[in-house]
Amino acid sequence: MTIAALNSNPAPAILPGSGGMRGALSDLFWRRPKLLLLLMLLPPVLWLGIVYIGSLFALLAQSFFSIDEFSGLINREFTLKTYGDLFQAANLDIILRTVTMAALVTLASAIVAFPIAYYAARYARGRWKALFYLGVMLPLWSSYLVKIYAWKLILAKEGILTWLLAKLNLLWLLDGWLSLPIVGGNSLSVSFTGTFIVFVYVWLPFMILPVQAALERVPGNLVEASFDLGASPGQTFRNVLFPLALPGIVAGSIFTFSLTLGDYIIPQIIGTSRLFIGQAVYSQQGTAGNIPLAAAFTVVPIVIMGFYLWGAKRMGAFDAL
Amino acid sequence: MTSAVSFRQVSRHFGSVRAVDAVDLDIVPGEFFAMLGPSGSGKTTCLRLIAGFEQPTAGSISIFGERAEGVPPYRRNVNTVFQDYALFPHLNVLDNVAYGLMVKGVGKAERLKAADEALSLVRLPGYGARRPGQLSGGQRQRVALARALVNQPKVLLLDEPLGALDLKLRENMQEELKSLQKVLGITFVFVTHDQGEALSMADRVAVFNDGRIMQVGTPEDIYQRPRTRFVADFVGSSNVLPPDFVQRYSGQHRWGSLRPESIRVSNATSGDGVTARLVGTNYLGATTRLALDADGLRLHAMVPAGTALPAEGEAVTLTFNRESLHLMDEPA
Repeated sequence: MTIAALNSNPAPAILPGSGGMRGALSDLFWRRPKLLLLLMLLPPVLWLGIVYIGSLFALLAQSFFSIDEFSGLINREFTLKTYGDLFQAANLDIILRTVTMAALVTLASAIVAFPIAYYAARYARGRWKALFYLGVMLPLWSSYLVKIYAWKLILAKEGILTWLLAKLNLLWLLDGWLSLPIVGGNSLSVSFTGTFIVFVYVWLPFMILPVQAALERVPGNLVEASFDLGASPGQTFRNVLFPLALPGIVAGSIFTFSLTLGDYIIPQIIGTSRLFIGQAVYSQQGTAGNIPLAAAFTVVPIVIMGFYLWGAKRMGAFDAL
Repeated sequence: MTSAVSFRQVSRHFGSVRAVDAVDLDIVPGEFFAMLGPSGSGKTTCLRLIAGFEQPTAGSISIFGERAEGVPPYRRNVNTVFQDYALFPHLNVLDNVAYGLMVKGVGKAERLKAADEALSLVRLPGYGARRPGQLSGGQRQRVALARALVNQPKVLLLDEPLGALDLKLRENMQEELKSLQKVLGITFVFVTHDQGEALSMADRVAVFNDGRIMQVGTPEDIYQRPRTRFVADFVGSSNVLPPDFVQRYSGQHRWGSLRPESIRVSNATSGDGVTARLVGTNYLGATTRLALDADGLRLHAMVPAGTALPAEGEAVTLTFNRESLHLMDEPA
């Protein structure tokens, strides 16, 4: 385009509006961006506020009712009796068992996830990064139930793992482990060890992704700066990488911890006959028809998570955010 | 005397890219050494080789006489001020500065005291409790400097530390760095692409291009007696004169360099000088830069502000002293 052509450009300096409802709306939203924001947020806020939080509070309210032991009817008067029931030895056992399992699953997930996330954040580029995302997400594409039954086949006495260990002449290792109290059992598929393995498998992606996101935000030169100032790789991990990845680990552990606390399918298919909180809720509200006790059981994970987050904040887990 | 840093035929190749190519270098203990060059010239890679972030593909590096190949950065008594400071965002300023002492196992009271002193040294006393995110660019720079100096390094490496600061702040920091270096007596190795910065601060300058050192010398050497066309052009944008032109004035068939400020411009079209045509002027404040066309050869001249200037397109005569025409080593 020549200068002469530019100078003789006949277009006006201000273009006319596009006209009609859409044009008027576009102009209105441009002038009042908050109006647009309000309109966009209204549906999700209504959903979250009424359907989501509302039903949660309806459930919590149930936990303050009690059940009439003779008629089996719900007595709609405020009482803490149901919470008292939680502290019966059998119920306390269930809570303790579930919390211990959730803590161990979370710890194991964090340990397994960190190197994978570190590799993905620091070294994987282009095609390898795509492969990483595919590898992490792929298990999430298939049905949860199918995966768990697949694990049952792997862990069963006649399963692949036993066969593989027999081939490697390592069956004594498995038998030794299974003969241990609590974690052992007839086979891996009917032991807490099996439950643990499947929990870690199923929730691992929920740990890897937030840790990877947190590590991605750590500039590489902070690691170099740490080395430069005389910190060994171990010291650099403890003083720089771990604190900066901690928000991601905490975010991931919220998933792994709370999902384990609430799950009732995995321990039902793979594990012992001893109950976890999710199973207790399921049986109390179903076969037993004790909605108040079921509701009280669901309050337990919420309270535990509350304490967990409070503790994490006090430890400075969110300082790097 | 042992060199603070010594490179012998050091190369660092990344695949087919020769970032550093057979470099020989000796840095004298206690000097302020600048590595100057355009981006991609290998100066930063050289700095990273000294710090230990990179390992040489070939050649040997010693730091105060000790061989450094294969030695990880955390075992080198060398500290770096990073280009974007690389302060730890989760630690406050005092803990950032004390970090090097902390990982060496210095007790808490002692290291915080040393960190406090280092902050005073860079004129940031009382900033210890703040987070790096709460500081301005200039303050972060000082923290990065204090964090390196608190370890009393044998060599301090500075990777374009003033690049992100505005002009006024940069000039202040230049003076401060220079006087700090004099007081502490630590060897400073400074990477920059700003020739003015290199000339004003350094005791000696190495000019880099394409992974090689073109010339090492005092700022005056580099400026007045460039050895190659690249150095003449890069350091102070000298006029590079082709051998045929130079032969007319010096009798030698060599490449020459002529500083813009050595050229006198007059309106007279007679007399013995180079006849040229004025094709453009750039007002620079204290001086005005003239673009001239001498029979197809593009020249620049620098004249003081206020000089009466001919109109653009007019013919002028250029004169210069014979001795200001510098002949370069580079073969014609």
